Amino acid sequence: MADASLTAQTSDRAIVRPKLSRDDWIMRTVMVAIGVFLLIAVLLPLYTMMSKSVENKDGGFVGFANFAEYFSTPALFNSAFNSLSISILATLIILVVTFIYGYALTRTCMPFKWFFKLVAMVPLLTPSLLGGISLIYWFGNQGVLKDLLFGEKIYGPIGITMGSSYWVFPHALMIVITALSITDARLYEAAEALRTSKLKTFLTVTIPGCKYGLISAGFVVFTLVFTDFGVPKVIGGNYNMLATDIYKQVIGQQNFQMGAVVSVVLLVPAIIAFSVDRIVQRKQVALLSARAVPYTPKPSRGRDMSMLAFCSVIALIIIAMIGMAQYAALVTFWPYNLEFSLNNYDFDVMDGGGWEAFWNSIEMALYTAFFGTIIVFTGAYLMEKGRGFTVGRSAFHMVAMAPLAVPGMVLGLAYIFFFNNPANPFNFIYGTMGILVVATVVHFYTVSHLTAVTALKQMDPEFESVSASLKAPFYKTFAKVTVPVCMPAVFDISIYLFLNAMTTVSAVVFLYSSDTTLASVAVLNMDDAGDVAPAAAMAMMIAYTCAAMRIVQVVLTRGIAIKTQAWRNQ
Amino acid sequence: MDSAARSFLKIENLVKKFGDFTALQDISLDVYDGEFVCFLGPSGCGKTTLLRAIAGLDIQTHGRIEQDGKDISALPPAERDFGIVFQSYALFPNLTVERNVAYGLENRKLPRAEIDVRVAELLQLVGLPDQGTKYPAQLSGGQQQRVALARAMATSPGLLLLDEPLSALDARVRVHLRTEIKDLQRRLGVTTIMVTHDQEEALTMADRIVVMNHGVIDQVGTPQEIYGSPATSFVADFIGSMNFIPGTVAAKGRVTVGDFPLDCDTTGFNEGDAITVSIRPEDINAQDMEHDDNVVDGEITHLQFMGSFYRAELGGAAFSGHDVQADFSVNLVRRKNVVLGSKLPIRLPADHIQLYPPVED
Ligand SMILES: Nc1ncnc2c1ncn2[C@@H]1O[C@H](COP(=O)(O)OP(=O)(O)OP(=O)(O)O)[C@@H](O)[C@H]1O
Ligand SMILES: [Mg+2]
Repeated sequence: MADASLTAQTSDRAIVRPKLSRDDWIMRTVMVAIGVFLLIAVLLPLYTMMSKSVENKDGGFVGFANFAEYFSTPALFNSAFNSLSISILATLIILVVTFIYGYALTRTCMPFKWFFKLVAMVPLLTPSLLGGISLIYWFGNQGVLKDLLFGEKIYGPIGITMGSSYWVFPHALMIVITALSITDARLYEAAEALRTSKLKTFLTVTIPGCKYGLISAGFVVFTLVFTDFGVPKVIGGNYNMLATDIYKQVIGQQNFQMGAVVSVVLLVPAIIAFSVDRIVQRKQVALLSARAVPYTPKPSRGRDMSMLAFCSVIALIIIAMIGMAQYAALVTFWPYNLEFSLNNYDFDVMDGGGWEAFWNSIEMALYTAFFGTIIVFTGAYLMEKGRGFTVGRSAFHMVAMAPLAVPGMVLGLAYIFFFNNPANPFNFIYGTMGILVVATVVHFYTVSHLTAVTALKQMDPEFESVSASLKAPFYKTFAKVTVPVCMPAVFDISIYLFLNAMTTVSAVVFLYSSDTTLASVAVLNMDDAGDVAPAAAMAMMIAYTCAAMRIVQVVLTRGIAIKTQAWRNQ
Repeated sequence: MDSAARSFLKIENLVKKFGDFTALQDISLDVYDGEFVCFLGPSGCGKTTLLRAIAGLDIQTHGRIEQDGKDISALPPAERDFGIVFQSYALFPNLTVERNVAYGLENRKLPRAEIDVRVAELLQLVGLPDQGTKYPAQLSGGQQQRVALARAMATSPGLLLLDEPLSALDARVRVHLRTEIKDLQRRLGVTTIMVTHDQEEALTMADRIVVMNHGVIDQVGTPQEIYGSPATSFVADFIGSMNFIPGTVAAKGRVTVGDFPLDCDTTGFNEGDAITVSIRPEDINAQDMEHDDNVVDGEITHLQFMGSFYRAELGGAAFSGHDVQADFSVNLVRRKNVVLGSKLPIRLPADHIQLYPPVED
């Protein structure tokens, strides 16, 4: 009797190994498959690229010889310094401007806020090249306002800083606005009750409240400018930056090893900025989850009017940038014949890819949006709602975060090394539309992934439990409940992917073939060939497409909201 | 042990660990066929953890669970036989009430007409016959709760699990739904486990209550047993009101509190043991003093009108500085003219006194 209970006792100590259901198997297999896809599409190419950086032209291992050469060649090494100083300068300018602009939008009673919000988002619709092209027309050799530079040239650091600031503005503004909107009104009430001066309140409440947002915005701007290729390519002149160096080494001199070395030099600060930003964002989230009372600004004529003046100036600059590109595209022959014509839109008579490039871009963007959304959302779902398998799920999250740290140029070059190798079983996608889609999906994976995760986290975690208890396979609940409920986020992701696929240059500039030229690359090539006006025209075609897509999104989202308002809690 | 044959759910030596933290320690329990069992205990005691282990949603670290004679210890939820209602209801927001209820039936490849009939029948059962085409967001909390119940019952599971199904509702709806759920359960005869931290809910609804504390079961019994003879001072304190007075065992069948002797059952304790004497306020008697055992003099230090009765606090030498609460009927207070400061004899009937090991505080 005693023996029996003793054996029962010891056998009970055995750890229960949960039996996996069919759902568990499917979920894990698909998630691992997507994870492996990301590994193959991000980490393996990066690894190949890094090995190239320590090899000579014949593929022999040379240790850090290439790096030694790099750092002892001032012409090369200088660009690292240039990239760093321009990025820091642009970051400071943008932080000040976005903070005031964001402050005006969230904390004042300035009129026409909707207009200023709308205008601020315009740069998202265009490739970064467009800012450079506009600057040429404003301040270039035959520019309208050339004299304002007092003999300085726009081609170089001035142009790069201005052009970069233009296109990163909305990216930074979105982060700053989020940070400013979460501050707790009760802090201001307390400060007022204690008769704290306006300045002191600003320094002790406003700034600390959004400091993580500002830091985060700073890192995002830094990384974007540091790794950007479009603006310095168009308006950099002889002023070398890291991203343009990679292009020159690879396309100009066919020196792939040095291209790989520069890529590593570009990758390291990007990874550092990425890591710091992740840490900062985590703190910001901690602030967000606190139960805050939203702040409602009170009118104050002097402040509101000066903010209106400031925002008007910024909005004017943005409109001037895109407006000039449009004007230049329509003018027959700048600056001699200012009559309007559509000559510059006759892309087929110019080098760069012609109209086919434009249609290719749309095709590529549609594929990217379609497959990208499916992969990203499914992956995020399986990671977020899977049962058990914690190790695998956290690993998946880490792999999904990795692409954000990889600059487009670096990814593109890594793809050449990896996929152009005939021994690689995936070699067949080299030179096809497929590799462009893969590169673009991967390049913009992380932000889409985070959007999906945020939406999924808002769903009741027990939906999966209930459906398991009702013996419904998970994919039915996914299709019937999860996807419909998350439809707005699904739209956000696909539009985000579409816009970025239309405008990106850096991720695809090494990867297109003569059959798959893209509109953004055509802008680059036409500008390179001296056809600046057609380049502007093509950039504007991209802008129209993106704007149209945005409108489609707004209409669809509205439509969904009306159709689903019966079941959505407002 | 005639009950062993009828045992529907058998839980043996269940342990659940989250890292270093042990949420359930060696839980063993039998649930009988058709029974309504409540898991009752304070927040964080492991009720939900135990329920989720039974459902297979968070499988236990050690131990065995058997349902209907089948070992289900390691099975995933989809291979077990249960319906579940969560505190949040987890109704699918984009599906109508009908489609929510039909959700489990649609997977069984039943003909549409049959599903429709069954759904109508279920909605009738939970008292929502004409709400089928609405969406969950258009229903009140109580109605959503019933839909969740109908959805869980649609596939006629052998076991119904309810995790605090009423706690998100306001007090009146809650009381109303208690009776409804209980009636429904009795009519369908489905074995049911409900988690709650509301003792009134457990006492009114359960056939048997499982009182849990810090990951262990303190007592299992009918509401009457749990209330009338709590097995531990924790159970005594957690359910209903209870007076605790420190004392010592003077002799077999006799304890002293302060200087005052009380007769009571001292089984399980030895002479000289320090103990806690406990008695419920409503068991203290001030009326018929034909017995003169265990009668002490008290002085009213507080008197609170509770509607149907008065709750009095009595001080007195007998209780060595501890105040004792007693419930007096409105009638008695009026008849004996009990007011603040009144002195009156009260009796602590020996058969209502429970002894526990001393509570350390
Ligand atoms: N996933 C988890 N990881 C770590 N600890 C957990 C987890 N789930 C529960 N716990 C811990 O286990 C203990 C029991 O939790 P459980 O949710 O079962 O409590 P409960 O009795 O249902 O309480 P309540 O009435 O608040 O719902 C708690 O201390 C809780 O913090
Ligand atoms: Mg619980």
